[in-house]
Formats: sequence, C-alpha cells, structure tokens
Amino acid sequence: MSAVIADQRRLPKLSTPAGPYRRAWWRLRRDRVAMAALFVLALLVVIAYLVPLAIAIDPYQQSLRDSLLPPGTAGHALGTDHFGRDVLLRLIDGGRVSLSVGILAVVISASIGGLIGLVAGYFGGWPDRILMRFIDVKLAFPGILLALVIVTVLGTGLEKVMIAVGIGGIPRFARVVRGSVLNTKNELYVEAARSIGAADLRIMFVHLVPQVLGPAITIATFGLATAILSIASLSFLGLGAQPPTAEWGLMLSEARKYLRVAWWLSVFPGLAIVTVVLSVNLLGDAVRDALDPRIPSVSD
Amino acid sequence: MAKFVLTRLIETIPVLLLASLLVFAILHLIPGDPIDAMLGAAAFGVGDPAEHQRLVVQIRAQLGLDDPLWQQYVRWLFGAMRLDLGESFIRHAAVTELIAARLPSTIELAFAALLISVVIGISSGIIAALRRNTPVDGAVMIVSLAGVSLPSFWSAMILILVFSVSLNFVPATGSGGFDRLILPAVVLGYEGAALIARLTRASLLEVMSREYIRTARAKGLPNRSVVLGHALRNAMIPVVTVVGLQLGRLLAGSVIVETVFARQGVGQLAVDAILSKDYPLVQGIILLTAITYVFANLLVDVSYGFLNPRIRTAS
Repeated sequence: MSAVIADQRRLPKLSTPAGPYRRAWWRLRRDRVAMAALFVLALLVVIAYLVPLAIAIDPYQQSLRDSLLPPGTAGHALGTDHFGRDVLLRLIDGGRVSLSVGILAVVISASIGGLIGLVAGYFGGWPDRILMRFIDVKLAFPGILLALVIVTVLGTGLEKVMIAVGIGGIPRFARVVRGSVLNTKNELYVEAARSIGAADLRIMFVHLVPQVLGPAITIATFGLATAILSIASLSFLGLGAQPPTAEWGLMLSEARKYLRVAWWLSVFPGLAIVTVVLSVNLLGDAVRDALDPRIPSVSD
Repeated sequence: MAKFVLTRLIETIPVLLLASLLVFAILHLIPGDPIDAMLGAAAFGVGDPAEHQRLVVQIRAQLGLDDPLWQQYVRWLFGAMRLDLGESFIRHAAVTELIAARLPSTIELAFAALLISVVIGISSGIIAALRRNTPVDGAVMIVSLAGVSLPSFWSAMILILVFSVSLNFVPATGSGGFDRLILPAVVLGYEGAALIARLTRASLLEVMSREYIRTARAKGLPNRSVVLGHALRNAMIPVVTVVGLQLGRLLAGSVIVETVFARQGVGQLAVDAILSKDYPLVQGIILLTAITYVFANLLVDVSYGFLNPRIRTAS
C-alpha cells in the first residue's frame, strides 16, 4: 500500500482534496486492506448493536436438556454451551460488551493522556518533568502487570478492568501527544497566534489540537486492539467480567473445562476476538500510513 | 564505557523507588482496612466482636500500621532490600519463600520462550527482508501480524486442542519435563517472534538502502557477507531493544500462559494471590517483576552502548 502512495506522489498533481485529514481519508479509501477491515468492523458493529434491537434475544436463556449441542444443530448454528445457551447469541452479546468496554477504555486513556501530553508539551518545566517520571514508572510495569496492580486495588469486575486498561494506556497517549506538541509549538503560526494575544488555552485547543489529532488517532486505533485483547485476557483470568455475562474472554475461560468434549466452545469466541483485533490492527496500520508514514508501529 | 554504565545504573534508582512506592501503596489504596481483608481470609473465632477488636489491635501493632506512613514505607523498603517481603495473609509462609518456590518454573518457561522468539523472529525477519515482496515475505508478514492479534490464551487452547486432545503428542497441562514445556513456550514466544520478525525486516530493509551497503556491493563482496557482515550489525540495534523489552513482557505474559497450562509458576501465583486478596504476596510478585523489567531495560541500554559507540559518547 505504501507503494501506491509513492506512485501517487510521482504522478503530476491532480485534484487532491485540500487539508491533511481529507487527504488522509482520500488515501485510506484507496487502501483495499483498510477498507476490507473497516467493512468487517462495521458489519460486526451492526450485528452486535442492532441485532439485539431487531429480535428479542436472551443470551442467558438456559436449557439444560439442550446442553453441549454441536454446531449445526437446528436452531443453534454454532451449538450450545454447558448450560444449553446458544453460542451464536452469546457471541453477539459478547461483541457488544467487548466493543463498548474497549472503546470506553480507549476514551479514558485518550482524554486523560491527551490532556496530560498537551499540558506537559506546551508548558514544559515541572508539569513536563512530572509526566516523564510517570512514564518512567510505567516503564517499570510491562503491559498487563499495571492492569493487575490496578485490579488489585479496585477489585475484580468488568468495569474495573476497563478502568485499569484505560489507565494503562494513558502514558502512551501522553507521550505521543507531548512529542507532537513539542514539534509544533514553535511553529510560526503558533507564535503569530500568541503575538496577537491568544490565550494559552486557545492556542492549545484551537491551534495545537488539530495538529496532534493525527498521531492520536493512530494510537487510539492500535489502543482499541490492545484494550479489547487486555480486557478479554483479564476476564479469562477471572478478574474481569463475571458469570453469567457473555464476554468473549470469560466464555473461553469457561470453555476450558469442556475442551475435550466441546471444541466449538473454545474455537468460536477466539475467532471472534481475532477477527476484531486483526481488523483493528490492519486498520491501524493503514491509518498510520495514511496520516503520517513516519510514526512508529505496533511494537511499543 | 564504565562511566556510561554507571550513569545508567544511577538513573534506575529513582525509577525503582517510584515503582516500590506504587507497590507499597497497593496495600493502602485498597478500600477498607487491610486487617479486615486479612482476618476475612483467615477468620477464626471472629464471632465475638470484642475478640475481633482485640485481634485487630494486636495485628495493627504487630504490623506497625499505627506508625506514620513514611515510616511504614521505609521499613517495608529496607525489609524488601533484605528480601523480607512480609508474610502471606493466607498461605502462612514468607512471601519470598513462596515466590522462590515458583521461580524456577517461570524462568525456565521465559527462557525457552525467549529462545524461540529470538531464533525464529530474527531468522524469519532476515528471510522476509531478503525476499521482499515475494510470497515468502507475505507469509512471514501475515503470520507475524497474526502473532500480535491472537490472544495468547486462545492460541494456547487451540494448541492443546490439536496437540494434546486430538493428536495426543504432549500432555496438556502441568509443569516439569520438556514435553510439558514446549507448548507453553511456543505460545509465549510467538508474540515476541512476531514483533522481532517485523522489526528485523523493517530495520534490515532500512539499512540495506544506505550508502555503505552500496559501497560494499561495489567492492564486489558476495551478497552473503554484505548482509551478514555489514547490514545485520546495524540492523540489530533496534531489535535489541525489543528483545530486552520481551523479557519484561514474558514475565507478565506468563500470567496467562501459566494459568492456561496450569503450570506452577509465579504468574499463576499472582492470579491466585489477587483472587484471594493476599496483598503482601501480590506486592512481592509485582515488585519482583518491576525490578526485573527495569534491569532488563538497563541491560538493553548498556548493550546499545556496545553496539553503537555513538550512543555512549552522546550522553
């Protein structure tokens, strides 16, 4: 896909729409992988949020006589679990849970982290130094471990895991936003704004935020994949969603007991997680390339 | 070089102190009285309120919970330096001993996984870079993208399903022995291998476009020595970081993998401790992981200095 972009640059200038975000969207629309990922995600969102509105489903409906039916049984396309609950309906319900909680976690990290990064980058000095120490401590707690610390303090539960994962994402947003504020705050137009007497708040939110949005969108996209994975992992460990909630990680955790007798219980929720996370990651790759090819990748 | 190492070493001290402060704070941030959590866990003869009150006062005095917070922190910190992390609320044993008993299993798993991720990651990254835009490259990129998108607990379950349940090659769960190590190590190493492969490929491609590589080719050096002798050395610098970061990741990742495979390791102990509200044990494990992670990062920085002399003179 990068080759496509390079070719576009070499072509004589045609009617490229103005503005960096419209240009990014224009590039993104030409990226087939990104569009496929976006389509899959949109489809999943529609299924997860609209199907429960269209038909009254009850993913908690137990029917012990119908327990552990294999996929393809009439009325249960993906089979039933140990309580006779329909796997497909639980997957749909779980999709709503996973997406909502994942998005909320990203909103937590983006809003708090973005604000910290904006303030630290713009003012420098001690707010900046405090931020850097904050990041240092985060560096001492790899990935899921920080979430474990927070879950220990808050207790177990889906909303607590969401907060934990959200807090875990703050340093990354803060660092990226800080970096791009540092890059732009000395631009001439910022100086011009200041010289005509614009207040700090105005400069930050009117002039700097639009510049920072690009990298922040990229981080948010990858952040959603990470958040969904982390929340599923913590639920799998028994620290997040509690039964009888239909949450993908929890469904897999419950499926472990039936691994030898009911493979479908462990296969389908996992496929669901992979589909969502892979689509979001692919979209993230494309968004990064479309907005700015120089931002570092998933690895951090 | 010695000065460089020393500077880095001194720089880790505030980080370690802050990490220890956070770990110490766990016990004081949890809602409610830790004593209640402790008694709740080992509640015997609590029926009598007077007896309960007497116990609370006794334990508070015993643990020094009535002292100012900073005194408690300093005492806890000095205890931690002497490897005294207190007693488990529930297991009635020293935290250090409980961790030490589980440590060999986790270290064994972490090193097996690290070996897998480094060997497979670097070699497939090199192959993908050299065969750029061929099906081989595409396959490596897809498999590695799957590596960062697959939840490890799920790939673990699928491997158990295939190799233990269907094919009956290896035992599904438990610790000890190579046959019980291989599946967990593969699961834990996969994500690292994926990251390392992607990074090796990107980094090698970047280095291969530099001038000095063209010079080496112009000299008529065979492709093999251009890649292995000239390009790889510089391409490895960013890879070293990720390998170092993997060390920390592996310790945290072992939490999940050990739970799925029912391995008696530190990660599984951590989950048990959180679920049973055994706070001193949680503190101990998290402190240990944080320290390991900080030192892994330090090791990365120092190895940077060896690989790239410009970094050690710049500071």
